[in-house]
Amino acid sequence: MELVDRLLKGDKRAAAKLISLVENEDERAAEVLRELYKYTGKTHIVGITGPSGVGKSSLVDRLTKAFRKKGKKVGIVAIDPTSRFTGGAILGDRIRMTELAVDEGVFMRSMGTRGHHGGIAKATTEAAMVLDAMGMDLVIVETVGAGQSQSEIWECVHTSILVEMPGMGDEIQALKAGILEIGDIFVVNKGDLEGTDQLVKELENVAEYKAMEQKWKPPVHVTIATEGKGTDEVVSSIEDHLEYLKESGEYQKREEERTKGEFTRIVQALLLKKAFAGDRSEKFDQLLKEIIEKKTDPFTAAEKLLED
Amino acid sequence: MKKIRVLIAKPGLDGHDRGAKVVARGLRDAGMEVIYTGLHQTPEQIAEAAIQEDVDVVGLSCLSGAHMTLFPRVVELLKEKGAGDILVTGGGIIPDEDVPKLKELGIAAVFGPGTPLKEIIDFHEKNARK
Repeated sequence: MELVDRLLKGDKRAAAKLISLVENEDERAAEVLRELYKYTGKTHIVGITGPSGVGKSSLVDRLTKAFRKKGKKVGIVAIDPTSRFTGGAILGDRIRMTELAVDEGVFMRSMGTRGHHGGIAKATTEAAMVLDAMGMDLVIVETVGAGQSQSEIWECVHTSILVEMPGMGDEIQALKAGILEIGDIFVVNKGDLEGTDQLVKELENVAEYKAMEQKWKPPVHVTIATEGKGTDEVVSSIEDHLEYLKESGEYQKREEERTKGEFTRIVQALLLKKAFAGDRSEKFDQLLKEIIEKKTDPFTAAEKLLED
Repeated sequence: MKKIRVLIAKPGLDGHDRGAKVVARGLRDAGMEVIYTGLHQTPEQIAEAAIQEDVDVVGLSCLSGAHMTLFPRVVELLKEKGAGDILVTGGGIIPDEDVPKLKELGIAAVFGPGTPLKEIIDFHEKNARK
Protein backbone atom coordinates (compact mmCIF):
# COMPACT_ATOMS: atom_id res chain seq x y z
CA MET A 1 0.00 0.00 0.00
CA GLU A 2 1.30 3.39 -0.98
CA LEU A 3 0.43 4.96 2.39
CA VAL A 4 2.56 2.38 4.18
CA ASP A 5 5.57 3.12 1.97
CA ARG A 6 5.18 6.80 2.69
CA LEU A 7 4.82 6.14 6.42
CA LEU A 8 8.05 4.18 6.50
CA LYS A 9 9.77 7.23 5.04
CA GLY A 10 8.38 9.33 7.88
CA ASP A 11 5.55 11.06 5.99
CA LYS A 12 3.22 12.62 8.59
CA ARG A 13 0.23 12.92 6.29
CA ALA A 14 0.47 9.19 5.60
CA ALA A 15 0.69 8.46 9.34
CA ALA A 16 -2.39 10.60 9.96
CA LYS A 17 -4.36 8.86 7.19
CA LEU A 18 -3.36 5.41 8.40
CA ILE A 19 -4.43 6.21 11.95
CA SER A 20 -7.79 7.38 10.58
CA LEU A 21 -8.21 4.10 8.70
CA VAL A 22 -7.68 2.01 11.81
CA GLU A 23 -9.70 4.38 13.97
CA ASN A 24 -12.65 4.27 11.56
CA GLU A 25 -12.41 0.51 11.26
CA ASP A 26 -12.17 1.00 7.53
CA GLU A 27 -12.12 -2.20 5.46
CA ARG A 28 -8.52 -1.46 4.48
CA ALA A 29 -7.42 -1.30 8.14
CA ALA A 30 -6.70 -5.01 8.52
CA GLU A 31 -4.56 -5.01 5.39
CA VAL A 32 -2.62 -1.98 6.62
CA LEU A 33 -1.97 -3.45 10.05
CA ARG A 34 -0.89 -6.75 8.54
CA GLU A 35 1.63 -4.91 6.42
CA LEU A 36 2.84 -2.72 9.27
CA TYR A 37 3.21 -5.39 11.89
CA LYS A 38 6.67 -6.51 10.87
CA TYR A 39 8.01 -2.98 11.31
CA THR A 40 6.76 -2.66 14.88
CA GLY A 41 8.27 -3.60 18.23
CA LYS A 42 11.11 -1.10 18.31
CA THR A 43 9.61 1.78 20.21
CA HIS A 44 9.38 2.36 23.96
CA ILE A 45 5.70 2.90 24.78
CA VAL A 46 5.02 5.04 27.82
CA GLY A 47 1.56 5.55 29.32
CA ILE A 48 0.54 8.62 31.28
CA THR A 49 -2.58 8.31 33.37
CA GLY A 50 -4.29 9.98 36.32
CA PRO A 51 -7.43 11.97 37.18
CA SER A 52 -8.61 14.81 34.96
CA GLY A 53 -7.03 18.16 35.65
CA VAL A 54 -3.88 16.88 37.33
CA GLY A 55 -1.69 18.10 34.49
CA LYS A 56 -1.12 15.07 32.28
CA SER A 57 -1.01 17.06 29.02
CA SER A 58 1.35 19.67 30.46
CA LEU A 59 3.60 16.88 31.65
CA VAL A 60 3.55 15.20 28.23
CA ASP A 61 4.54 18.54 26.70
CA ARG A 62 7.57 18.87 28.99
CA LEU A 63 8.65 15.24 28.73
CA THR A 64 8.45 15.39 24.94
CA LYS A 65 10.58 18.52 24.81
CA ALA A 66 13.17 16.90 27.09
CA PHE A 67 13.35 13.76 24.92
CA ARG A 68 13.63 15.92 21.81
CA LYS A 69 16.68 17.62 23.33
CA LYS A 70 18.23 14.18 23.60
CA GLY A 71 17.60 13.69 19.89
CA LYS A 72 14.73 11.22 20.31
CA LYS A 73 11.69 11.24 18.03
CA VAL A 74 8.43 11.20 19.93
CA GLY A 75 4.92 10.10 18.97
CA ILE A 76 1.98 11.13 21.13
CA VAL A 77 -1.52 9.67 21.28
CA ALA A 78 -3.77 11.68 23.58
CA ILE A 79 -7.25 10.49 24.42
CA ASP A 80 -10.32 12.43 25.51
CA PRO A 81 -13.85 11.15 26.12
CA THR A 82 -16.49 10.75 23.43
CA SER A 83 -20.05 11.70 24.33
CA ARG A 84 -22.18 8.67 25.06
CA PHE A 85 -25.21 10.54 23.73
CA THR A 86 -24.09 12.28 20.57
CA GLY A 87 -20.87 10.49 19.65
CA GLY A 88 -19.14 13.86 19.49
CA ALA A 89 -16.03 14.88 21.40
CA ILE A 90 -13.92 17.88 22.28
CA LEU A 91 -10.29 16.86 22.03
CA GLY A 92 -8.37 19.47 23.95
CA ASP A 93 -4.99 17.97 24.78
CA ARG A 94 -3.22 20.06 22.13
CA ILE A 95 -3.91 23.24 24.08
CA ARG A 96 -1.01 22.35 26.42
CA MET A 97 1.28 21.24 23.61
CA THR A 98 1.03 23.94 20.96
CA GLU A 99 4.74 24.29 20.34
CA LEU A 100 5.12 20.61 19.56
CA ALA A 101 2.97 20.95 16.41
CA VAL A 102 5.82 22.41 14.39
CA ASP A 103 8.56 20.14 15.71
CA GLU A 104 9.81 17.90 12.89
CA GLY A 105 10.49 15.01 15.25
CA VAL A 106 7.08 14.94 16.93
CA PHE A 107 3.80 13.47 15.75
CA MET A 108 0.78 14.13 17.90
CA ARG A 109 -2.70 12.68 17.48
CA SER A 110 -5.86 13.27 19.53
CA MET A 111 -8.40 10.46 19.79
CA GLY A 112 -11.92 10.19 21.19
CA THR A 113 -12.72 7.06 23.21
CA ARG A 114 -15.60 6.26 20.80
CA GLY A 115 -17.45 4.13 23.29
CA HIS A 116 -14.42 2.30 24.64
CA HIS A 117 -13.97 2.10 28.39
CA GLY A 118 -10.81 1.55 30.36
CA GLY A 119 -9.33 5.02 29.81
CA ILE A 120 -8.07 4.56 26.27
CA ALA A 121 -9.62 4.61 22.81
CA LYS A 122 -10.50 1.49 20.88
CA ALA A 123 -7.72 2.01 18.36
CA THR A 124 -5.06 3.29 20.77
CA THR A 125 -2.79 0.27 20.35
CA GLU A 126 -3.15 0.39 16.59
CA ALA A 127 -2.32 4.10 16.52
CA ALA A 128 0.78 3.36 18.61
CA MET A 129 1.70 0.64 16.10
CA VAL A 130 1.56 3.15 13.24
CA LEU A 131 3.88 5.51 15.12
CA ASP A 132 6.16 2.63 16.04
CA ALA A 133 6.49 1.61 12.39
CA MET A 134 7.09 5.25 11.48
CA GLY A 135 10.29 5.05 13.51
CA MET A 136 9.44 6.97 16.67
CA ASP A 137 11.89 6.23 19.48
CA LEU A 138 9.22 6.80 22.06
CA VAL A 139 5.42 6.76 21.94
CA ILE A 140 3.59 8.48 24.79
CA VAL A 141 -0.05 7.49 25.33
CA GLU A 142 -2.06 9.90 27.46
CA THR A 143 -5.30 8.42 28.82
CA VAL A 144 -8.55 10.21 29.49
CA GLY A 145 -8.86 11.57 33.00
CA ALA A 146 -8.83 8.28 34.84
CA GLY A 147 -10.00 7.67 38.37
CA GLN A 148 -9.76 4.35 40.10
CA SER A 149 -10.39 1.44 37.83
CA GLN A 150 -9.36 2.51 34.35
CA SER A 151 -6.14 0.60 34.27
CA GLU A 152 -6.33 -0.91 30.78
CA ILE A 153 -3.44 1.33 29.72
CA TRP A 154 -1.14 -1.09 31.54
CA GLU A 155 -1.79 -3.70 28.86
CA CYS A 156 -0.66 -1.39 26.07
CA VAL A 157 2.59 0.07 27.38
CA HIS A 158 6.03 -0.78 28.72
CA THR A 159 6.18 1.96 31.33
CA SER A 160 3.18 3.48 33.15
CA ILE A 161 3.33 6.85 34.83
CA LEU A 162 0.61 7.72 37.29
CA VAL A 163 0.11 11.44 37.83
CA GLU A 164 -1.67 12.69 40.94
CA MET A 165 -2.03 16.04 42.63
CA PRO A 166 -2.44 17.03 46.29
CA GLY A 167 -5.82 17.38 47.91
CA MET A 168 -7.76 14.63 46.17
CA GLY A 169 -8.28 12.05 48.88
CA ASP A 170 -6.91 10.42 51.97
CA GLU A 171 -4.64 7.47 52.50
CA ILE A 172 -7.46 4.94 52.11
CA GLN A 173 -7.39 5.83 48.40
CA ALA A 174 -3.85 4.52 48.28
CA LEU A 175 -4.97 1.18 49.68
CA LYS A 176 -7.53 0.51 47.00
CA ALA A 177 -6.90 -1.77 44.08
CA GLY A 178 -6.83 -0.34 40.60
CA ILE A 179 -4.92 2.46 39.07
CA LEU A 180 -2.30 2.80 41.81
CA GLU A 181 -1.19 -0.74 41.17
CA ILE A 182 -0.09 0.00 37.64
CA GLY A 183 2.30 2.90 38.29
CA ASP A 184 5.95 2.24 37.45
CA ILE A 185 6.65 5.88 38.15
CA PHE A 186 4.59 8.17 40.39
CA VAL A 187 4.38 11.90 39.75
CA VAL A 188 2.90 14.41 42.16
CA ASN A 189 2.16 17.38 39.93
CA LYS A 190 1.20 20.88 41.06
CA GLY A 191 3.80 20.20 43.72
CA ASP A 192 3.61 23.71 45.14
CA LEU A 193 0.14 23.05 46.56
CA GLU A 194 -0.57 22.25 50.18
CA GLY A 195 -0.63 18.53 50.91
CA THR A 196 2.23 17.64 48.56
CA ASP A 197 4.42 16.13 51.30
CA GLN A 198 1.56 14.02 52.63
CA LEU A 199 0.74 12.65 49.15
CA VAL A 200 4.41 11.90 48.47
CA LYS A 201 4.55 9.89 51.71
CA GLU A 202 1.43 7.91 50.78
CA LEU A 203 2.76 7.11 47.32
CA GLU A 204 6.12 6.12 48.77
CA ASN A 205 4.23 3.67 50.92
CA VAL A 206 2.60 2.17 47.84
CA ALA A 207 6.02 2.04 46.20
CA GLU A 208 7.46 0.17 49.19
CA TYR A 209 4.80 -2.50 48.85
CA LYS A 210 5.53 -2.84 45.15
CA ALA A 211 9.23 -3.22 45.89
CA MET A 212 8.46 -6.30 47.97
CA GLU A 213 7.15 -8.10 44.90
CA GLN A 214 9.60 -6.88 42.29
CA LYS A 215 13.06 -5.38 41.96
CA TRP A 216 11.80 -2.08 40.59
CA LYS A 217 10.71 0.37 43.26
CA PRO A 218 8.54 3.05 41.65
CA PRO A 219 10.17 6.45 42.20
CA VAL A 220 7.97 9.30 43.40
CA HIS A 221 8.66 12.65 41.73
CA VAL A 222 7.32 16.09 42.59
CA THR A 223 6.77 18.34 39.56
CA ILE A 224 5.29 21.63 38.49
CA ALA A 225 4.81 20.68 34.86
CA THR A 226 3.77 24.12 33.58
CA GLU A 227 7.10 25.52 34.79
CA GLY A 228 9.13 22.45 33.88
CA LYS A 229 10.14 21.87 37.48
CA GLY A 230 11.09 18.29 38.33
CA THR A 231 10.33 16.95 34.87
CA ASP A 232 13.94 16.09 33.99
CA GLU A 233 13.94 13.64 36.90
CA VAL A 234 10.86 11.96 35.42
CA VAL A 235 12.69 11.62 32.09
CA SER A 236 15.61 9.92 33.87
CA SER A 237 13.24 7.51 35.57
CA ILE A 238 11.61 6.61 32.24
CA GLU A 239 15.05 5.74 30.87
CA ASP A 240 15.98 3.84 34.03
CA HIS A 241 12.76 1.85 33.87
CA LEU A 242 13.40 0.75 30.30
CA GLU A 243 16.88 -0.36 31.31
CA TYR A 244 15.44 -2.25 34.29
CA LEU A 245 12.88 -3.97 32.05
CA LYS A 246 15.56 -5.11 29.66
CA GLU A 247 18.06 -6.24 32.29
CA SER A 248 15.55 -8.11 34.43
CA GLY A 249 13.91 -9.94 31.56
CA GLU A 250 10.68 -8.17 32.50
CA TYR A 251 10.61 -6.53 29.06
CA GLN A 252 10.01 -9.85 27.38
CA LYS A 253 7.24 -10.64 29.88
CA ARG A 254 5.53 -7.32 29.26
CA GLU A 255 5.79 -7.79 25.52
CA GLU A 256 4.10 -11.15 25.95
CA GLU A 257 1.35 -9.56 28.08
CA ARG A 258 0.94 -6.80 25.55
CA THR A 259 0.75 -9.25 22.69
CA LYS A 260 -1.78 -11.37 24.55
CA GLY A 261 -3.95 -8.30 25.23
CA GLU A 262 -3.66 -7.21 21.62
CA PHE A 263 -4.49 -10.66 20.26
CA THR A 264 -7.46 -11.00 22.61
CA ARG A 265 -8.83 -7.64 21.50
CA ILE A 266 -8.44 -8.53 17.83
CA VAL A 267 -10.26 -11.84 18.34
CA GLN A 268 -13.04 -10.09 20.25
CA ALA A 269 -13.46 -7.47 17.55
CA LEU A 270 -13.56 -10.12 14.85
CA LEU A 271 -16.11 -12.19 16.75
CA LEU A 272 -18.29 -9.14 17.26
CA LYS A 273 -18.08 -8.33 13.58
CA LYS A 274 -19.06 -11.88 12.69
CA ALA A 275 -21.90 -11.78 15.20
CA PHE A 276 -23.52 -9.03 13.15
CA ALA A 277 -22.53 -10.21 9.69
CA GLY A 278 -25.06 -11.14 7.04
CA ASP A 279 -28.68 -11.02 8.17
CA ARG A 280 -27.73 -11.13 11.84
CA SER A 281 -28.37 -7.46 12.51
CA GLU A 282 -31.99 -7.97 11.40
CA LYS A 283 -32.12 -11.05 13.59
CA PHE A 284 -30.70 -8.93 16.43
CA ASP A 285 -33.47 -6.35 16.05
CA GLN A 286 -36.09 -9.08 15.89
CA LEU A 287 -34.77 -10.76 19.05
CA LEU A 288 -34.43 -7.42 20.82
CA LYS A 289 -38.11 -6.79 20.14
CA GLU A 290 -38.99 -10.17 21.59
CA ILE A 291 -36.95 -9.44 24.72
CA ILE A 292 -38.61 -6.07 25.19
CA GLU A 293 -42.02 -7.71 24.77
CA LYS A 294 -40.92 -10.24 27.40
CA LYS A 295 -41.48 -13.10 24.97
CA THR A 296 -37.96 -14.32 25.66
CA ASP A 297 -35.01 -13.47 27.88
CA PRO A 298 -31.73 -11.89 26.72
CA PHE A 299 -29.68 -14.98 27.62
CA THR A 300 -31.63 -17.36 25.41
CA ALA A 301 -31.83 -14.71 22.71
CA ALA A 302 -28.05 -14.26 22.64
CA GLU A 303 -27.53 -17.98 22.15
CA LYS A 304 -30.15 -18.00 19.43
CA LEU A 305 -28.52 -15.06 17.64
CA LEU A 306 -25.21 -16.84 17.39
CA GLU A 307 -26.69 -20.15 16.23
CA ASP A 308 -26.11 -20.86 12.61
CA MET B 1 -17.16 4.33 11.22
CA LYS B 2 -15.96 7.62 9.89
CA LYS B 3 -16.59 10.71 11.99
CA ILE B 4 -16.27 14.27 10.83
CA ARG B 5 -13.16 15.78 12.43
CA VAL B 6 -12.78 19.53 12.77
CA LEU B 7 -9.91 21.63 14.06
CA ILE B 8 -11.00 24.88 15.68
CA ALA B 9 -8.15 27.31 16.03
CA LYS B 10 -7.47 30.90 17.00
CA PRO B 11 -4.70 32.32 14.84
CA GLY B 12 -2.97 35.51 15.83
CA LEU B 13 -3.01 37.59 18.93
CA ASP B 14 -6.56 38.27 20.03
CA GLY B 15 -7.71 36.50 23.16
CA HIS B 16 -11.44 36.25 22.53
CA ASP B 17 -12.46 32.64 22.14
CA ARG B 18 -16.08 32.63 23.27
CA GLY B 19 -17.28 32.28 19.68
CA ALA B 20 -14.77 29.54 18.87
CA LYS B 21 -15.88 27.60 21.95
CA VAL B 22 -19.58 27.95 21.11
CA VAL B 23 -18.93 26.59 17.61
CA ALA B 24 -16.77 23.77 19.01
CA ARG B 25 -19.53 22.81 21.43
CA GLY B 26 -22.17 22.95 18.70
CA LEU B 27 -20.19 20.67 16.39
CA ARG B 28 -19.52 18.31 19.28
CA ASP B 29 -23.23 18.05 20.00
CA ALA B 30 -23.78 17.28 16.34
CA GLY B 31 -21.60 14.18 16.79
CA MET B 32 -18.32 15.51 15.40
CA GLU B 33 -14.84 15.24 16.87
CA VAL B 34 -13.55 18.72 17.51
CA ILE B 35 -9.90 19.39 18.20
CA TYR B 36 -9.52 22.71 19.96
CA THR B 37 -5.99 24.06 20.00
CA GLY B 38 -6.42 27.20 22.08
CA LEU B 39 -5.29 30.79 21.65
CA HIS B 40 -2.41 32.48 19.85
CA GLN B 41 -1.65 29.92 17.18
CA THR B 42 0.62 30.56 14.24
CA PRO B 43 -0.64 29.51 10.79
CA GLU B 44 2.22 26.98 10.72
CA GLN B 45 1.06 25.37 13.97
CA ILE B 46 -2.51 25.23 12.71
CA ALA B 47 -1.62 23.65 9.36
CA GLU B 48 0.63 21.04 10.98
CA ALA B 49 -1.98 20.16 13.60
CA ALA B 50 -4.64 19.85 10.88
CA ILE B 51 -2.48 17.37 8.98
CA GLN B 52 -1.52 15.24 11.98
CA GLU B 53 -5.11 15.14 13.20
CA ASP B 54 -6.34 14.31 9.67
CA VAL B 55 -9.26 16.71 9.95
CA ASP B 56 -11.87 17.39 7.29
CA VAL B 57 -12.28 21.05 8.13
CA VAL B 58 -10.22 23.77 9.84
CA GLY B 59 -12.32 26.51 11.44
CA LEU B 60 -10.42 29.72 12.11
CA SER B 61 -11.67 32.42 14.44
CA CYS B 62 -10.19 35.88 14.38
CA LEU B 63 -11.48 39.02 16.06
CA SER B 64 -8.42 41.21 15.68
CA GLY B 65 -8.80 42.30 12.07
CA ALA B 66 -5.84 40.28 10.82
CA HIS B 67 -8.02 37.73 9.00
CA MET B 68 -6.96 38.85 5.50
CA THR B 69 -3.38 37.85 6.33
CA LEU B 70 -3.89 34.87 8.63
CA PHE B 71 -6.73 32.94 6.96
CA PRO B 72 -5.23 32.71 3.45
CA ARG B 73 -1.84 31.84 4.96
CA VAL B 74 -3.33 28.67 6.50
CA VAL B 75 -4.86 27.73 3.11
CA GLU B 76 -1.51 28.31 1.44
CA LEU B 77 0.42 26.20 3.96
CA LEU B 78 -2.02 23.31 3.67
CA LYS B 79 -1.61 23.37 -0.11
CA GLU B 80 2.18 23.45 0.20
CA LYS B 81 2.06 20.39 2.43
CA GLY B 82 -0.13 18.46 0.01
CA ALA B 83 -3.24 18.84 2.12
CA GLY B 84 -5.19 21.23 -0.07
CA ASP B 85 -8.25 19.02 0.25
CA ILE B 86 -8.77 20.13 3.86
CA LEU B 87 -11.47 22.79 3.90
CA VAL B 88 -10.78 26.06 5.69
CA THR B 89 -13.59 28.18 7.10
CA GLY B 90 -13.45 31.43 9.02
CA GLY B 91 -15.43 33.29 11.63
CA GLY B 92 -15.20 36.38 13.78
CA ILE B 93 -15.46 40.07 13.02
CA ILE B 94 -15.15 39.97 9.24
CA PRO B 95 -16.39 43.04 7.30
CA ASP B 96 -18.84 42.13 4.51
CA GLU B 97 -16.56 43.48 1.81
CA ASP B 98 -13.80 41.07 2.83
CA VAL B 99 -15.93 37.95 2.38
CA PRO B 100 -15.70 37.66 -1.43
CA LYS B 101 -11.95 38.29 -1.26
CA LEU B 102 -11.50 35.58 1.35
CA LYS B 103 -13.51 33.15 -0.76
CA GLU B 104 -11.32 33.96 -3.74
CA LEU B 105 -8.30 33.14 -1.58
CA GLY B 106 -9.65 29.70 -0.78
CA ILE B 107 -11.73 30.14 2.37
CA ALA B 108 -14.68 27.79 1.86
CA ALA B 109 -17.15 29.66 4.07
CA VAL B 110 -17.29 32.65 6.39
CA PHE B 111 -19.51 32.53 9.46
CA GLY B 112 -19.95 35.99 10.95
CA PRO B 113 -21.52 36.96 14.28
CA GLY B 114 -25.11 35.75 14.63
CA THR B 115 -24.75 32.80 12.23
CA PRO B 116 -27.12 30.08 13.49
CA LEU B 117 -25.22 27.00 14.70
CA LYS B 118 -27.46 24.89 12.49
CA GLU B 119 -26.09 26.62 9.41
CA ILE B 120 -22.50 25.85 10.49
CA ILE B 121 -23.34 22.22 11.31
CA ASP B 122 -25.13 21.77 7.97
CA PHE B 123 -22.12 23.13 6.11
CA HIS B 124 -19.84 20.60 7.77
CA GLU B 125 -22.17 17.67 7.22
CA LYS B 126 -22.59 18.58 3.57
CA ASN B 127 -18.99 19.42 2.68
CA ALA B 128 -16.79 17.17 4.82
CA ARG B 129 -15.01 14.39 2.95
CA LYS B 130 -17.05 11.24 2.73
